[in-house]
Amino acid sequence: MKRLRHGKVELALHTLRPGEERPLLLLHGLGERSPAAVPDELSAWTGPVYALDFTGHGASTIPKGGGYHPEMLLADADAALAELGPVTLAGRGLGGYVAILLAGARPDRVRGVLVLDGPGLSGGGARPVSTHIGTPDRDASAPPDPFALLELSTDVRPPDYATLFARRARDLSGIDRPIAVCAAERPVWLEAVLGDSGVEASEPGEALARFASL
Amino acid sequence: MALPDPESVSFPGARRPDRTRSVDSDGVRLAVYEWGGAGDPPLLLNHGGFDFAGTFDGLAARLADAGWRVIAYDQRGHGDSEHAALYSWPADLRDLKCVLDSIGRAPIPAVGHSKGGSQLTELIHALPHRIWRFVNIDGLPSDHVHPDVAEHDRAKHLDEVLGTWLDWRRRTHEAVRKPGTLEELARRRARMNPRLSHEWLRYLVTIGARPDPDGWRWKIDPSLRFGGFGPFRPSWSADRARGLPVPLLGIIGTEHEEMGWGATPESLRRHLPPAARIEVVEDTGHFVHIEQPDRVAEMVLEFFA
Repeated sequence: MKRLRHGKVELALHTLRPGEERPLLLLHGLGERSPAAVPDELSAWTGPVYALDFTGHGASTIPKGGGYHPEMLLADADAALAELGPVTLAGRGLGGYVAILLAGARPDRVRGVLVLDGPGLSGGGARPVSTHIGTPDRDASAPPDPFALLELSTDVRPPDYATLFARRARDLSGIDRPIAVCAAERPVWLEAVLGDSGVEASEPGEALARFASL
Repeated sequence: MALPDPESVSFPGARRPDRTRSVDSDGVRLAVYEWGGAGDPPLLLNHGGFDFAGTFDGLAARLADAGWRVIAYDQRGHGDSEHAALYSWPADLRDLKCVLDSIGRAPIPAVGHSKGGSQLTELIHALPHRIWRFVNIDGLPSDHVHPDVAEHDRAKHLDEVLGTWLDWRRRTHEAVRKPGTLEELARRRARMNPRLSHEWLRYLVTIGARPDPDGWRWKIDPSLRFGGFGPFRPSWSADRARGLPVPLLGIIGTEHEEMGWGATPESLRRHLPPAARIEVVEDTGHFVHIEQPDRVAEMVLEFFA
């Protein structure tokens, strides 16, 4: 495991399979942690595989007082990108949303995205709900940080915000169909992303084979 | 470098708080300040983005002298409050509620400036029974793009913003505020506060900055910066503003400046409750309470009478 610095947080980057080729980087779902081994559904990837623990998850720092939002996890994932160079991303749930943000933010360095089912895929919906000041289970043992569970399950995800990033990936990555949606759950933002050209529903094995050949 | 004694810098009409304390907002220590008699009725002030409670030294002293126990605090990462690892709108609201809870559970009047006014607007929507009356100084909901809130509309400029923001995040652990003399820091702040006097800005330096061996540095967390991006859009708060459940006095200036929210009575009126009162203070900018502390104190006292 390698430790990466992101602001005041230390992130844990796990090596699940070493190698010299372009890596597959796994981004876990909300409340999860990196798996100990390459998951079966991604075993078709023959190159190196790494997995990142987001802030407040797994072996990464649990900060005080919360303040989570997906853009900060995007910067977590970008710290891994700085370490690994160009990668293909496989994100579960919340990690799938973050993977699309990163593909749009760093289109020259993300060589394909798989969006997989997992916790936190929907977020707080497409529109704000009634204002409330939520408090987490402060007695919960962490990880995962209870503030992460609270805040990253209630953040608003407007469809046109997600498509903005997906379109950047499509238009700037030079990859035909850079986003593969392998998830059965289809929140509004993901339906919108799927409705765009450059995004396709796919099986993980097919998507991995296509991205590996890039 | 010779550093002046902070006590030697004063500003007419401004007064440091009578008491200081702190609250623990889920592990983040927030500095809280009070002016006036401890037994007087409480009144909460909430500062704007990139400011600190000391920017109320003029207004708070005037309100305290009129018989209020005035409470303000430094938001996380600002002033003397602890620098957090993470910052977000919901975290700011929890911090605000934590300070409010430390005052008591009975409804109290509140004044917010800029982003602090916007935070109070949200808090009132969530907890309408906790705020009795509300004065919002140039932080009223409108369609305008706010300089200190990361917004979706700024995504129009995503090309410029995304890469630079992520590059910045890669370097934040190395970030330190640039040191300088008291005069230099005052002049630097004048870029964002161009209408405020050099004397006032010098005074602010002695509160919001600290004298390090190599010069003065602003205390604000160096990882905080303007702009950024996110899914938020101004219409979310503007659309809700008409339903604000407590009496509202909005105070705005007339002169546009960089930190300002660009509000006009016309642009606000369609978003605010019909009974809301809007006061326009001529020939002032975004920091109405600093440019015209007597006038603003008078309006606040009358509204809370």
